[in-house]
Amino acid sequence: MAQTATLPLTALALLAAASPSFAQELNALVWCDHTDPALIEPFEEKFGVTVNLKEYEGTAAGLQILEQSQPGEWDVLVIDAVDVKRAVEGGFLAELPADDLPTRDFFPEVVMAENNMVDGKTYAVTEKFGYNTISFDKTKVDPADMQDMAALTSGKYDGRIGIYDYYLPVLGLVALGQGINTADITAENLGTLKEPLMALRAASKQVSDVVSAQTALATGEVDIVVGGGEWLTAVLAADNPNLDWTIPKQGGLRWAQSIGVVAGSTQPDLALEFVKYIVSPEGQARLATSSCYWGMPANARAGDALSLEQREMLRWNEQPEFLKRAQLYPIPDAALDTAMQDMWTEMLNQ
Amino acid sequence: MGWGLAAPALLWTAAFFVLPFAAMVALSFARMEGREVVQGFDPGNYVRIFTDWTMLKALLNSLEITVVVTVVSVVLAYPLAAIIAFRVPAQWQRLALLLAVLPFWTSYVVRSYAWLLVLGQNGVVNKALLGLGLIAEPLEIAATRTATVIGFVHFFVMLLTLTIYANLIQLSPNYARAAADLGAGRWQTFRHVILPLTLPGVVTGAFLTFVLCIGDYITPQILGGNAELTLPQLIMLQMGRSGNFPLASALSVVLMAVVTLAYFASSRWLRLDRV
Repeated sequence: MAQTATLPLTALALLAAASPSFAQELNALVWCDHTDPALIEPFEEKFGVTVNLKEYEGTAAGLQILEQSQPGEWDVLVIDAVDVKRAVEGGFLAELPADDLPTRDFFPEVVMAENNMVDGKTYAVTEKFGYNTISFDKTKVDPADMQDMAALTSGKYDGRIGIYDYYLPVLGLVALGQGINTADITAENLGTLKEPLMALRAASKQVSDVVSAQTALATGEVDIVVGGGEWLTAVLAADNPNLDWTIPKQGGLRWAQSIGVVAGSTQPDLALEFVKYIVSPEGQARLATSSCYWGMPANARAGDALSLEQREMLRWNEQPEFLKRAQLYPIPDAALDTAMQDMWTEMLNQ
Repeated sequence: MGWGLAAPALLWTAAFFVLPFAAMVALSFARMEGREVVQGFDPGNYVRIFTDWTMLKALLNSLEITVVVTVVSVVLAYPLAAIIAFRVPAQWQRLALLLAVLPFWTSYVVRSYAWLLVLGQNGVVNKALLGLGLIAEPLEIAATRTATVIGFVHFFVMLLTLTIYANLIQLSPNYARAAADLGAGRWQTFRHVILPLTLPGVVTGAFLTFVLCIGDYITPQILGGNAELTLPQLIMLQMGRSGNFPLASALSVVLMAVVTLAYFASSRWLRLDRV
């Protein structure tokens, strides 16, 4: 009796081990918003796989991880949309079947074919976007002042400003304040941004990463965060509804993150399924409201999967106007990038 | 037989310290061309570190903060260790030590963020001082060097208390008795007997504090609010942002050179076996 019971059980166990849907793992190099279990678990359950997530900060660090990894070690990469070309040039991203991706449902401005495609081939798809602009506590500053970047260095808010510690968006904002479009920042005119950047630094209390900037704004350490946006204030809004954000008349910056399949992935089909899940309305709504940070879903159909409160927090109805006023991150070449970072480092240590 | 027993440790050290360190030194002489690392023997990174004021200032900031933290931590930890060793009854000393190092049990990052809340404008410190009428306006502590020093001192006082206590507890009470017999007062006994005998423990703890403090990135990043850059922050900027690994390597070599100098400066008294 024992023997007859053991045989089918052994056969079942062997079958289970042989089935690719069991104990399969997907390795994804991501930003922190993808680590929310509410986002990942539905995919894991649907496909019976485990998604291993590794967070990284900064494109250079992410590409370095890929460079030092064995081929096939990583399956999915989340990357700053403006750096997709850099990843493609490094041979880190595989081509995606464009027809399988719902980009026709995206907000047109964030399809960003010029960034996600190289030589007519699609290598990544935008998954989330938002704005680097001005976050503030509306009970402590005059919201009307926040419509003009000049108010930041007028002296009225000295010592009450925090700067988000990322050189690209903040230098972009400073450029907009000087009437220079982000795409027009060059090595020649970069010098003109130094004085206003230093003036902004002199008026500010701190330069902080995401968590420190949120903490400073939530605790009243600062009343304004330059470089902030919905991604900074939305997760705090439930506890502090006085936190708000706006795009001043000079404009703001639009950030966007893309997702793609890593070249050399040993399971490209599963990796593609993950990408498709992330850009589906359900995945998009979950990604947009991730516990790490919020942002606008690239797929406009995600609006149906968001609650009214969530849409209000994301200022869903104002997106057409915001998208018009926002410019993309600067995309510096290596030399300009180095010069921008040197200026940023000097600002930090002034 | 002896070499055989030491071989695993030697291999481990060679594989995970000597070789990576040699690779780092070699990389520090490479240079960047665009986003590419070009191998070679170019001392440009070192020249830049000592001629670019931003880099030099980060080194000076690190040294200043580290020296202040080390001195303040020793000054606070010594009496605490002495009280535990000499005043607390023997059966309670373990509990006292446990309480002294209790903050070690929490995550370093969490502790730093907790300090940020404590030192903030609406934090416990400012609210208490305002409530007591000692200040009219909140003090600017968070996101300053003072906050960085406080965060460090909180951590290193615990470490130093342990090393100094370990030294004090080994002292025979006969030394103090002999000094008293010879007419020495309490201060003289401490100055001429206790302190010299416990110096190895103090220097060992101070050296460890120096090493850990000057290489720390988290505390100045969180509590300092980027009000100024330290050397580890600069290294992180070069690695995470710029991808300039040669410059990051050169900065790391400089950091290691500073630690080596600190070792030689304190080696006369250093007793790592007392840790």
